[in-house]
Amino acid sequence: MSINTLLIALAVLAIIAYWSGVQRAKGSVGSLANIKRLHSRPTYHGLLMLFGIIVPAVILLIGLSAFENSIAEQMMIAQVPQSMLPAEGQSTGLLLTQIRNAAFLGDSADPALLDLNTKWQSIVANLQTIKYGLTLAIPALVAMAIYFKINPTFRARNRVESVVKWILMTCASLAILTTVGIVFSVLFESIRFFNMIPFTDFMFGTHYSPSSDTFGAVPLFAGTALISLIALLVSVPLGLLSAIYLSEYATPRIRAVAKPALEVLAGIPTVVYGVFAALTIAPAIRSFGETIGLSVSSESALAAGLVMGVMIIPFVSSLSDDVINAVPQSLRDGAYGLGSTRSETIRKVIFPAALPGIVGSVLLAASRAIGETMIVVMAAGLAANLTANPLEAVTTVTVQMVTALVGDQEFESPKTLVAFALGLVLFVATLLLNVIALHVVRRYREQYD
Amino acid sequence: MNKHTTEIVKQGLQKRYNAERRFRAYGMFAILISVSFLAVLLTSVIGNSVPAFQESVIELEVDLSQDNLGLSANPTAEELFNGSYENAVKAASYALFDISGRKEKRAIRDLISSGAWYSVRDAVVADPSLLGKPQKLWVLASDNADLYMKGIVTSDMPETARRLSDQQVQWLDELISSNRIQKQFAYTFFTSGDSREPETAGILAALKGSLYTLLVTILLSAPIGVMAAIYLEEFAPKNRLTDIIEVNINNLAAVPSIVFGLLGLAVFLNFFEMPRSAPVVGGVVLSLMTLPTVIIASRAAIKAVPPSIRDAALGIGASQIQTTFHHVLPLAMPGILTGTIIGMAQALGETAPLLMIGMVAFIADVPQSITDPAAALPVQIYLWADSPERGFSYKTSAAIVVLLTFLILMNAAAVMLRKKFERRW
Repeated sequence: MSINTLLIALAVLAIIAYWSGVQRAKGSVGSLANIKRLHSRPTYHGLLMLFGIIVPAVILLIGLSAFENSIAEQMMIAQVPQSMLPAEGQSTGLLLTQIRNAAFLGDSADPALLDLNTKWQSIVANLQTIKYGLTLAIPALVAMAIYFKINPTFRARNRVESVVKWILMTCASLAILTTVGIVFSVLFESIRFFNMIPFTDFMFGTHYSPSSDTFGAVPLFAGTALISLIALLVSVPLGLLSAIYLSEYATPRIRAVAKPALEVLAGIPTVVYGVFAALTIAPAIRSFGETIGLSVSSESALAAGLVMGVMIIPFVSSLSDDVINAVPQSLRDGAYGLGSTRSETIRKVIFPAALPGIVGSVLLAASRAIGETMIVVMAAGLAANLTANPLEAVTTVTVQMVTALVGDQEFESPKTLVAFALGLVLFVATLLLNVIALHVVRRYREQYD
Repeated sequence: MNKHTTEIVKQGLQKRYNAERRFRAYGMFAILISVSFLAVLLTSVIGNSVPAFQESVIELEVDLSQDNLGLSANPTAEELFNGSYENAVKAASYALFDISGRKEKRAIRDLISSGAWYSVRDAVVADPSLLGKPQKLWVLASDNADLYMKGIVTSDMPETARRLSDQQVQWLDELISSNRIQKQFAYTFFTSGDSREPETAGILAALKGSLYTLLVTILLSAPIGVMAAIYLEEFAPKNRLTDIIEVNINNLAAVPSIVFGLLGLAVFLNFFEMPRSAPVVGGVVLSLMTLPTVIIASRAAIKAVPPSIRDAALGIGASQIQTTFHHVLPLAMPGILTGTIIGMAQALGETAPLLMIGMVAFIADVPQSITDPAAALPVQIYLWADSPERGFSYKTSAAIVVLLTFLILMNAAAVMLRKKFERRW
């Protein structure tokens, strides 16, 4: 039975449950004339039956799928003859992979492994049958139990509403679950990495070369910082000045054109910026460098940083725009009343008042920049150079994460696991930047009302 | 004294006015730079994409007799599929000109796409009545011949720079003058999957992969996001848990997308053992990523429904759930849809998490279900951009144009929804 058959069976079951719930409720009061004697409308009885099928089925399907694999592996290990088991305390992962792959090798495989593979397949098939059986049987039982409870005084609506409330809360809690999932998956694999490579070697080592198992991440951090810095040098002045111009000077007509144009910049997928940086900007910078006698790497930090900067302009400008608009009009009027020009008002009154919000938006832009992947994957290099020269090729945290995980993966090797350690650093760094940004905005906000 | 102050002010006035003008110019300059960058980006991409929307085809007289294809007199469907079309096409291409040498044969073979025989096979399988005699068929020209047809490679260029020999150029000119080669709309680009050869590579597989991914994303993130928003706006008590949920949603919105890819790899691929490179995993990961966007937009829409609606419903005896689902939700729907569409547009353009879960493999087959291995449109762009062949650079731009078209359509739909249904209370 495939998953599709199961889903169809569940759907049929759900429809039957709904229909029989409605019928039972109608029948419980004798005739339709007495329908008012029901506490809840028949639909609610049907809905309760429907939830009786769907809710347990979803929980069982996800729950059982999560444990299915580890149970299967346990059962498999129990069947492996003692002689084939790895030494005490060693991982059985390799053996399990060999068993699993034996079928693909066909005749060339070790007959003992081939034999175990047949056993493995029957274990998997049995477990799946059990899983599907449970997913169909338990919801059916739950629905049955509800069915026999239906009578005119049964408070079906209240039950339905409390179930709905629980479903709503579960959906909201998914945000927590996602965060926990991220933290645990990244942390768990990082710990495996740090068991092989000491934490201090990773954080403070200045040489990064996975092929020779050296994982000093400082060049990556420096490269990320360099490219982000270039991006911020482009985006902060341009974004801020655009925001000021749009909110203080622009006529409604200019605003109506320029604001959406800036938003379009935010809507363009990063891979498009990546293509543009790699195929247009980088060669242009390189040939320009050659004409003035500079040697520019074809994967220079400058190209990636410039394009990334343009990508971030809308973030800076729209966030700054909000903060500038939030400065009360009375402050502007006061400054104009004292005879200051518009630019003086902006520089000496509005800018200081909006500063915490602007700093917050710059920090958020920085967190965007360090987490940006596609532009740097396409336009920045792979060589981990420790340099501050924007004309040379540098690599970043995200580039190395992609390089480590794209292609053949072996999960026991630090070459792959390093991606998770880098991901952990990235996650913590962006989280910190966001927390600081929020803190700055809250702590230093001027209260005018 | 009074006059004195005015004097001082007047002295500095010119300077201050100049500063004012300068400041204003800076602002305009900043906007101009941003907008002109956008213009340069769009024109360069669109300009570069034009050649990819046309393809060149060459007319060959292919001998489709059963003997030549190695078929029996009345072949079964399977035999028909396995005929030796490749040799037939090769022989037909040698017959284009009067040649004999091995080198010349090879040179002429290089003018025809190496995948040309697929189209001949498909034509025969679709219509077996073609069998038995020589047929004139239009087949794809090779990448190099195609570039010559489009004028990107010209005969003025030095022979070494154009990857076409003088002999080949002369042949192409002959074909052009006898109308046996022509340009047509690039059907192949829209009807085939990825390929190693630029001329036979298309975006259908990637487009379908993106479509399936987006389908999973919308089926997951729209209901979950809306329900989470309803809970937080209408039911959540003011307590610790609610605070934690809110902080989490805001933080998730700022987590780099590549980290979601790590989550997908560790949890869905390694723990749940879902299939690699499949749209279903991509969809789940992208839905987790877009969830904060959907929740935040939906909350704003729900919040905008005035409390008087709720009070009225509660006043005539509706329960809280009834009030929410019968009255608040329908009124908030346009706003929720707008937010969802914007979230989906974000998901459609997202690449990095898909790289992590293996949707970056070379996949030529068009996916048939959400568990088949597939590429996605942005990933296809990334892959083509990395390919050295010249033809792929145009295909990259063309794929970007297709992607941007979809994004523009989605955003336009969002704007229209907002314009049409937006209500001021």
